[in-house]
Amino acid sequence: MFTLDALILGASDGFNGGDILFQLLMFIILMALLKKFAWGPLMGIMKQREDHIAGEIEAAEQSRTEAKQQLEEQRQLLKEARQDAQELIENARKQGDLQREEIITAARAESERMKEASLREIETEKDQAVAALREQVATLSVLIASKVIEKELTLEEQQQLINETIEKAGDLR
Amino acid sequence: MNHEAPLREFLGLTFNLSNILMVTVASAIVLLIAILSTRALAMKPTGMQNFMEWIMDFVRNIIKSNMDWKTGGSFHILGITLIMYVAISNFLGLPFAITYDHVLWWKSPTADPIITMTLAVMVVALTHYYGIRMKGFKEYGKDFFRPMKFLFPLKIIEEFANTLTLGLRLYGNIYAGEILLGLLAGSLATGAFGWIAATIPTLAWLAFSIFIGGIQAFIFVMLTMVYMAHKVSHDH
Repeated sequence: MFTLDALILGASDGFNGGDILFQLLMFIILMALLKKFAWGPLMGIMKQREDHIAGEIEAAEQSRTEAKQQLEEQRQLLKEARQDAQELIENARKQGDLQREEIITAARAESERMKEASLREIETEKDQAVAALREQVATLSVLIASKVIEKELTLEEQQQLINETIEKAGDLR
Repeated sequence: MNHEAPLREFLGLTFNLSNILMVTVASAIVLLIAILSTRALAMKPTGMQNFMEWIMDFVRNIIKSNMDWKTGGSFHILGITLIMYVAISNFLGLPFAITYDHVLWWKSPTADPIITMTLAVMVVALTHYYGIRMKGFKEYGKDFFRPMKFLFPLKIIEEFANTLTLGLRLYGNIYAGEILLGLLAGSLATGAFGWIAATIPTLAWLAFSIFIGGIQAFIFVMLTMVYMAHKVSHDH
Protein backbone atom coordinates (compact mmCIF):
# COMPACT_ATOMS: atom_id res chain seq x y z
CA MET A 1 0.00 0.00 0.00
CA PHE A 2 1.09 3.52 -0.81
CA THR A 3 2.46 5.32 2.23
CA LEU A 4 3.49 8.85 3.01
CA ASP A 5 6.03 7.67 5.57
CA ALA A 6 8.88 8.86 3.40
CA LEU A 7 7.70 12.42 3.89
CA ILE A 8 7.81 12.06 7.66
CA LEU A 9 4.55 13.75 8.29
CA GLY A 10 4.64 13.20 12.01
CA ALA A 11 1.68 12.27 14.11
CA SER A 12 0.17 9.47 12.18
CA ASP A 13 2.03 6.58 10.76
CA GLY A 14 0.78 4.98 7.67
CA PHE A 15 -1.54 6.19 5.00
CA ASN A 16 -5.01 6.64 6.40
CA GLY A 17 -7.06 6.45 3.25
CA GLY A 18 -10.17 6.17 5.33
CA ASP A 19 -9.54 9.52 6.97
CA ILE A 20 -9.15 11.17 3.61
CA LEU A 21 -12.38 9.76 2.32
CA PHE A 22 -14.17 10.59 5.51
CA GLN A 23 -12.87 14.13 5.63
CA LEU A 24 -13.80 14.74 2.01
CA LEU A 25 -17.23 13.29 2.46
CA MET A 26 -17.84 15.20 5.66
CA PHE A 27 -16.71 18.46 4.13
CA ILE A 28 -18.94 18.03 1.11
CA ILE A 29 -21.89 17.07 3.28
CA LEU A 30 -21.20 19.98 5.59
CA MET A 31 -21.01 22.39 2.70
CA ALA A 32 -24.23 21.08 1.19
CA LEU A 33 -26.06 21.25 4.52
CA LEU A 34 -24.78 24.72 5.26
CA LYS A 35 -25.73 25.92 1.82
CA LYS A 36 -29.22 24.58 2.22
CA PHE A 37 -29.89 25.57 5.81
CA ALA A 38 -27.61 28.47 6.66
CA TRP A 39 -25.74 30.29 3.93
CA GLY A 40 -28.53 30.13 1.38
CA PRO A 41 -31.16 31.78 3.59
CA LEU A 42 -28.60 34.20 4.99
CA MET A 43 -27.49 35.25 1.53
CA GLY A 44 -31.12 35.52 0.58
CA ILE A 45 -31.89 37.90 3.40
CA MET A 46 -28.74 39.89 2.71
CA LYS A 47 -29.72 40.21 -0.91
CA GLN A 48 -33.22 41.14 0.15
CA ARG A 49 -31.87 43.81 2.45
CA GLU A 50 -29.64 45.10 -0.30
CA ASP A 51 -32.62 45.36 -2.62
CA HIS A 52 -34.66 46.95 0.12
CA ILE A 53 -32.01 49.57 0.78
CA ALA A 54 -31.56 50.24 -2.90
CA GLY A 55 -35.31 50.61 -3.26
CA GLU A 56 -35.49 52.92 -0.28
CA ILE A 57 -32.70 55.06 -1.63
CA GLU A 58 -34.42 55.26 -4.96
CA ALA A 59 -37.71 56.17 -3.32
CA ALA A 60 -36.00 58.82 -1.22
CA GLU A 61 -34.36 60.22 -4.31
CA GLN A 62 -37.65 60.30 -6.09
CA SER A 63 -39.52 61.95 -3.26
CA ARG A 64 -36.74 64.47 -2.95
CA THR A 65 -37.08 65.41 -6.61
CA GLU A 66 -40.82 65.57 -6.18
CA ALA A 67 -40.51 67.80 -3.15
CA LYS A 68 -38.14 70.06 -5.02
CA GLN A 69 -40.55 70.31 -7.88
CA GLN A 70 -43.42 71.06 -5.56
CA LEU A 71 -41.41 73.69 -3.77
CA GLU A 72 -40.69 75.33 -7.08
CA GLU A 73 -44.36 75.18 -7.92
CA GLN A 74 -45.33 76.67 -4.60
CA ARG A 75 -42.81 79.40 -5.03
CA GLN A 76 -44.23 80.18 -8.43
CA LEU A 77 -47.74 80.22 -7.02
CA LEU A 78 -46.72 82.51 -4.20
CA LYS A 79 -45.11 84.84 -6.66
CA GLU A 80 -48.24 84.88 -8.75
CA ALA A 81 -50.42 85.48 -5.73
CA ARG A 82 -48.23 88.35 -4.65
CA GLN A 83 -48.47 89.82 -8.12
CA ASP A 84 -52.22 89.42 -8.11
CA ALA A 85 -52.48 91.11 -4.76
CA GLN A 86 -50.35 93.97 -5.98
CA GLU A 87 -52.56 94.34 -8.99
CA LEU A 88 -55.68 94.24 -6.87
CA ILE A 89 -54.36 96.93 -4.58
CA GLU A 90 -53.40 99.04 -7.54
CA ASN A 91 -56.85 98.62 -9.04
CA ALA A 92 -58.55 99.47 -5.79
CA ARG A 93 -56.45 102.56 -5.41
CA LYS A 94 -57.28 103.67 -8.92
CA GLN A 95 -60.93 103.02 -8.41
CA GLY A 96 -60.83 104.86 -5.10
CA ASP A 97 -59.28 107.86 -6.75
CA LEU A 98 -61.91 107.80 -9.45
CA GLN A 99 -64.70 107.51 -6.96
CA ARG A 100 -63.34 110.36 -4.90
CA GLU A 101 -63.27 112.55 -7.93
CA GLU A 102 -66.82 111.58 -8.73
CA ILE A 103 -68.04 112.20 -5.21
CA ILE A 104 -66.36 115.54 -5.07
CA THR A 105 -67.81 116.56 -8.38
CA ALA A 106 -71.25 115.39 -7.37
CA ALA A 107 -70.99 117.23 -4.06
CA ARG A 108 -69.89 120.34 -5.79
CA ALA A 109 -72.79 120.17 -8.22
CA GLU A 110 -75.22 119.51 -5.42
CA SER A 111 -73.99 122.45 -3.39
CA GLU A 112 -74.19 124.63 -6.45
CA ARG A 113 -77.73 123.52 -6.98
CA MET A 114 -78.65 124.10 -3.37
CA LYS A 115 -77.11 127.56 -3.42
CA GLU A 116 -79.08 128.37 -6.51
CA ALA A 117 -82.28 127.18 -4.91
CA SER A 118 -81.70 129.13 -1.73
CA LEU A 119 -80.94 132.26 -3.69
CA ARG A 120 -84.16 131.87 -5.58
CA GLU A 121 -86.06 131.29 -2.41
CA ILE A 122 -84.52 134.32 -0.79
CA GLU A 123 -85.53 136.37 -3.81
CA THR A 124 -89.09 135.13 -3.59
CA GLU A 125 -89.26 135.72 0.11
CA LYS A 126 -87.92 139.19 -0.38
CA ASP A 127 -90.52 139.93 -3.03
CA GLN A 128 -93.25 138.58 -0.84
CA ALA A 129 -92.02 140.59 2.10
CA VAL A 130 -91.91 143.73 0.02
CA ALA A 131 -95.38 143.08 -1.24
CA ALA A 132 -96.69 142.44 2.27
CA LEU A 133 -94.96 145.54 3.50
CA ARG A 134 -96.42 147.59 0.72
CA GLU A 135 -99.88 146.42 1.54
CA GLN A 136 -99.41 147.08 5.22
CA VAL A 137 -98.07 150.55 4.48
CA ALA A 138 -101.07 151.27 2.35
CA THR A 139 -103.46 150.09 5.04
CA LEU A 140 -101.61 152.06 7.68
CA SER A 141 -101.58 155.15 5.53
CA VAL A 142 -105.27 154.83 5.03
CA LEU A 143 -105.74 154.35 8.77
CA ILE A 144 -103.58 157.30 9.60
CA ALA A 145 -105.21 159.29 6.95
CA SER A 146 -108.63 158.49 8.21
CA LYS A 147 -107.60 159.44 11.74
CA VAL A 148 -106.11 162.69 10.58
CA ILE A 149 -109.11 163.39 8.48
CA GLU A 150 -111.50 162.66 11.34
CA LYS A 151 -109.71 165.05 13.63
CA GLU A 152 -109.02 168.25 11.74
CA LEU A 153 -110.65 168.17 8.40
CA THR A 154 -112.35 171.38 7.77
CA LEU A 155 -114.74 172.00 5.14
CA GLU A 156 -112.38 173.62 2.69
CA GLU A 157 -109.67 171.10 3.45
CA GLN A 158 -112.11 168.32 2.87
CA GLN A 159 -112.94 169.85 -0.43
CA GLN A 160 -109.30 170.17 -1.31
CA LEU A 161 -108.65 166.52 -0.43
CA ILE A 162 -111.46 165.34 -2.50
CA ASN A 163 -110.13 167.29 -5.37
CA GLU A 164 -106.66 166.04 -4.93
CA THR A 165 -107.82 162.49 -4.77
CA ILE A 166 -109.93 162.91 -7.81
CA GLU A 167 -106.92 164.39 -9.52
CA LYS A 168 -104.63 161.62 -8.45
CA ALA A 169 -107.13 159.05 -9.50
CA GLY A 170 -107.26 160.72 -12.81
CA ASP A 171 -103.47 160.60 -12.99
CA LEU A 172 -103.41 156.98 -12.11
CA ARG A 173 -105.87 156.01 -14.72
CA MET B 1 3.50 13.26 23.97
CA ASN B 2 3.89 10.04 22.06
CA HIS B 3 0.29 9.05 22.09
CA GLU B 4 -0.90 6.40 19.80
CA ALA B 5 -3.55 6.84 17.23
CA PRO B 6 -6.63 4.60 17.37
CA LEU B 7 -6.18 2.98 13.97
CA ARG B 8 -8.71 0.56 12.61
CA GLU B 9 -8.80 -1.33 9.33
CA PHE B 10 -12.10 -1.35 7.49
CA LEU B 11 -12.80 -2.37 3.91
CA GLY B 12 -9.09 -2.28 3.15
CA LEU B 13 -8.78 1.33 4.28
CA THR B 14 -7.08 2.55 7.42
CA PHE B 15 -9.22 4.74 9.64
CA ASN B 16 -7.89 6.92 12.43
CA LEU B 17 -10.90 6.87 14.69
CA SER B 18 -9.70 9.99 16.50
CA ASN B 19 -9.73 11.89 13.22
CA ILE B 20 -13.12 10.50 12.37
CA LEU B 21 -14.44 11.64 15.73
CA MET B 22 -12.93 15.10 15.58
CA VAL B 23 -13.92 15.75 11.98
CA THR B 24 -17.45 14.82 12.91
CA VAL B 25 -17.39 16.99 16.01
CA ALA B 26 -15.99 19.97 14.12
CA SER B 27 -18.52 19.59 11.33
CA ALA B 28 -21.34 19.25 13.84
CA ILE B 29 -20.27 22.35 15.72
CA VAL B 30 -19.97 24.40 12.54
CA LEU B 31 -23.36 23.19 11.42
CA LEU B 32 -24.87 23.91 14.81
CA ILE B 33 -23.46 27.42 15.02
CA ALA B 34 -24.48 28.22 11.48
CA ILE B 35 -28.00 26.90 11.78
CA LEU B 36 -28.64 28.36 15.22
CA SER B 37 -27.43 31.76 14.16
CA THR B 38 -29.50 31.80 10.98
CA ARG B 39 -32.63 30.35 12.50
CA ALA B 40 -34.46 33.63 13.00
CA LEU B 41 -33.40 35.74 10.07
CA ALA B 42 -34.48 39.33 10.03
CA MET B 43 -34.01 42.32 7.80
CA LYS B 44 -32.62 44.08 10.84
CA PRO B 45 -29.94 41.63 11.94
CA THR B 46 -29.36 40.97 15.62
CA GLY B 47 -26.88 38.96 17.63
CA MET B 48 -25.51 35.92 15.89
CA GLN B 49 -26.93 36.90 12.55
CA ASN B 50 -24.68 39.95 12.67
CA PHE B 51 -21.72 37.70 13.35
CA MET B 52 -22.57 35.39 10.46
CA GLU B 53 -23.07 38.32 8.14
CA TRP B 54 -19.75 39.70 9.25
CA ILE B 55 -18.09 36.39 8.33
CA MET B 56 -19.84 36.44 4.96
CA ASP B 57 -18.64 39.96 4.28
CA PHE B 58 -15.18 39.03 5.47
CA VAL B 59 -14.96 36.13 3.02
CA ARG B 60 -16.55 38.25 0.33
CA ASN B 61 -13.79 40.80 0.80
CA ILE B 62 -11.13 38.09 0.63
CA ILE B 63 -12.56 36.93 -2.67
CA LYS B 64 -12.98 40.46 -3.98
CA SER B 65 -9.34 41.24 -3.26
CA ASN B 66 -8.33 38.39 -5.58
CA MET B 67 -10.84 38.42 -8.42
CA ASP B 68 -13.90 40.23 -9.58
CA TRP B 69 -17.10 39.27 -7.83
CA LYS B 70 -18.73 37.94 -10.98
CA THR B 71 -16.38 34.97 -11.14
CA GLY B 72 -15.60 34.87 -7.44
CA GLY B 73 -19.20 34.83 -6.25
CA SER B 74 -19.53 31.12 -6.90
CA PHE B 75 -16.74 30.39 -4.39
CA HIS B 76 -18.42 32.33 -1.61
CA ILE B 77 -20.03 29.32 0.01
CA LEU B 78 -16.84 27.28 -0.28
CA GLY B 79 -14.94 30.11 1.36
CA ILE B 80 -17.34 30.56 4.27
CA THR B 81 -17.55 26.85 4.92
CA LEU B 82 -13.77 26.51 4.78
CA ILE B 83 -13.05 29.40 7.12
CA MET B 84 -15.63 28.26 9.65
CA TYR B 85 -14.59 24.63 9.51
CA VAL B 86 -10.86 25.32 9.71
CA ALA B 87 -11.24 27.88 12.49
CA ILE B 88 -13.45 25.62 14.59
CA SER B 89 -11.10 22.70 13.95
CA ASN B 90 -8.15 24.79 15.08
CA PHE B 91 -9.94 25.82 18.26
CA LEU B 92 -11.13 22.35 19.15
CA GLY B 93 -7.74 21.17 20.41
CA LEU B 94 -7.18 24.21 22.59
CA PRO B 95 -9.32 23.66 25.68
CA PHE B 96 -8.16 20.10 26.32
CA ALA B 97 -6.82 16.93 24.83
CA ILE B 98 -8.32 13.65 25.84
CA THR B 99 -6.24 10.53 25.95
CA TYR B 100 -7.65 7.24 26.97
CA ASP B 101 -5.36 4.33 27.59
CA HIS B 102 -2.44 6.16 25.88
CA VAL B 103 -4.56 6.70 22.87
CA LEU B 104 -5.18 10.32 21.84
CA TRP B 105 -8.84 10.87 21.08
CA TRP B 106 -9.56 14.56 21.41
CA LYS B 107 -7.39 16.98 19.44
CA SER B 108 -7.69 19.45 16.63
CA PRO B 109 -8.50 17.57 13.44
CA THR B 110 -6.22 20.03 11.69
CA ALA B 111 -3.33 18.82 13.83
CA ASP B 112 -3.17 15.83 11.56
CA PRO B 113 -1.46 16.19 8.15
CA ILE B 114 -3.84 13.75 6.54
CA ILE B 115 -6.76 16.03 7.26
CA THR B 116 -5.07 19.26 6.23
CA MET B 117 -3.60 17.67 3.11
CA THR B 118 -7.02 16.35 2.20
CA LEU B 119 -8.42 19.86 2.42
CA ALA B 120 -5.46 21.28 0.49
CA VAL B 121 -5.67 18.72 -2.29
CA MET B 122 -9.41 19.23 -2.47
CA VAL B 123 -8.92 22.97 -2.82
CA VAL B 124 -6.21 22.67 -5.47
CA ALA B 125 -8.25 20.09 -7.36
CA LEU B 126 -11.17 22.51 -7.27
CA THR B 127 -8.99 25.29 -8.68
CA HIS B 128 -8.06 23.04 -11.61
CA TYR B 129 -11.66 22.02 -12.10
CA TYR B 130 -12.93 25.58 -12.14
CA GLY B 131 -9.99 26.69 -14.27
CA ILE B 132 -11.00 24.22 -16.95
CA ARG B 133 -14.70 24.92 -16.53
CA MET B 134 -14.49 28.69 -16.68
CA LYS B 135 -11.76 29.16 -19.28
CA GLY B 136 -11.95 26.02 -21.35
CA PHE B 137 -9.36 23.27 -21.52
CA LYS B 138 -7.25 25.06 -24.14
CA GLU B 139 -6.85 28.27 -22.18
CA TYR B 140 -6.26 26.27 -19.04
CA GLY B 141 -3.49 24.30 -20.72
CA LYS B 142 -1.95 27.40 -22.22
CA ASP B 143 -1.68 28.96 -18.79
CA PHE B 144 1.09 26.49 -17.97
CA PHE B 145 3.27 28.11 -20.63
CA ARG B 146 2.75 31.66 -19.55
CA PRO B 147 4.39 34.05 -19.29
CA MET B 148 7.29 32.09 -20.85
CA LYS B 149 7.49 28.60 -22.26
CA PHE B 150 10.56 27.46 -20.38
CA LEU B 151 8.78 28.11 -17.09
CA PHE B 152 6.58 25.09 -17.68
CA PRO B 153 8.50 22.78 -15.30
CA LEU B 154 8.37 25.45 -12.63
CA LYS B 155 4.64 25.77 -13.13
CA ILE B 156 4.23 22.04 -12.58
CA ILE B 157 6.36 22.16 -9.47
CA GLU B 158 4.40 25.18 -8.29
CA GLU B 159 1.20 23.19 -8.30
CA PHE B 160 2.65 20.55 -6.00
CA ALA B 161 4.42 23.13 -3.86
CA ASN B 162 1.19 25.07 -3.48
CA THR B 163 -0.66 21.98 -2.38
CA LEU B 164 1.99 20.90 0.07
CA THR B 165 2.49 24.33 1.64
CA LEU B 166 -1.23 24.96 1.87
CA GLY B 167 -1.81 21.77 3.81
CA LEU B 168 1.38 21.56 5.81
CA ARG B 169 1.35 25.19 6.92
CA LEU B 170 -1.96 24.66 8.63
CA TYR B 171 -0.94 21.33 10.06
CA GLY B 172 2.41 22.63 11.32
CA ASN B 173 0.96 25.62 13.05
CA ILE B 174 -1.78 23.76 14.82
CA TYR B 175 0.24 20.67 15.64
CA ALA B 176 3.10 22.73 17.06
CA GLY B 177 0.63 24.73 19.08
CA GLU B 178 -0.87 21.61 20.56
CA ILE B 179 2.49 20.07 21.37
CA LEU B 180 3.58 23.15 23.26
CA LEU B 181 0.22 23.37 24.97
CA GLY B 182 0.59 19.73 25.97
CA LEU B 183 4.06 20.36 27.37
CA LEU B 184 2.85 23.35 29.34
CA ALA B 185 -0.12 21.41 30.64
CA GLY B 186 2.31 18.68 31.67
CA SER B 187 4.36 21.19 33.68
CA LEU B 188 1.20 22.45 35.34
CA ALA B 189 0.68 18.97 36.70
CA THR B 190 4.16 18.61 38.22
CA GLY B 191 3.39 20.26 41.55
CA ALA B 192 3.31 23.71 43.11
CA PHE B 193 6.49 25.02 41.52
CA GLY B 194 5.59 23.77 38.11
CA TRP B 195 2.15 25.23 38.52
CA ILE B 196 3.50 28.66 39.40
CA ALA B 197 6.09 28.60 36.63
CA ALA B 198 3.78 27.36 33.90
CA THR B 199 0.57 29.28 34.58
CA ILE B 200 1.47 32.48 32.83
CA PRO B 201 3.14 30.85 29.79
CA THR B 202 0.16 28.54 29.43
CA LEU B 203 -2.29 31.43 29.44
CA ALA B 204 -0.12 33.38 27.02
CA TRP B 205 0.27 30.42 24.71
CA LEU B 206 -3.44 29.67 24.81
CA ALA B 207 -4.23 33.24 23.81
CA PHE B 208 -1.61 33.07 21.08
CA SER B 209 -2.98 29.74 19.87
CA ILE B 210 -6.46 31.21 19.55
CA PHE B 211 -4.94 34.02 17.52
CA ILE B 212 -3.00 31.54 15.38
CA GLY B 213 -6.07 29.38 14.88
CA GLY B 214 -7.99 32.36 13.50
CA ILE B 215 -5.10 33.62 11.42
CA GLN B 216 -4.45 30.19 9.91
CA ALA B 217 -8.10 29.80 8.97
CA PHE B 218 -7.94 33.21 7.30
CA ILE B 219 -4.68 32.33 5.51
CA PHE B 220 -6.08 29.03 4.32
CA VAL B 221 -9.09 30.70 2.74
CA MET B 222 -7.01 33.58 1.43
CA LEU B 223 -4.59 31.20 -0.32
CA THR B 224 -7.47 29.12 -1.62
CA MET B 225 -8.85 32.22 -3.27
CA VAL B 226 -5.43 33.28 -4.53
CA TYR B 227 -4.90 29.92 -6.23
CA MET B 228 -8.44 30.02 -7.52
CA ALA B 229 -7.89 33.46 -8.96
CA HIS B 230 -4.72 32.25 -10.67
CA LYS B 231 -6.70 29.58 -12.43
CA VAL B 232 -9.93 31.33 -13.30
CA SER B 233 -8.86 34.92 -13.99
CA HIS B 234 -7.91 35.91 -17.49
CA ASP B 235 -5.37 38.53 -16.57
CA HIS B 236 -2.89 36.14 -15.00
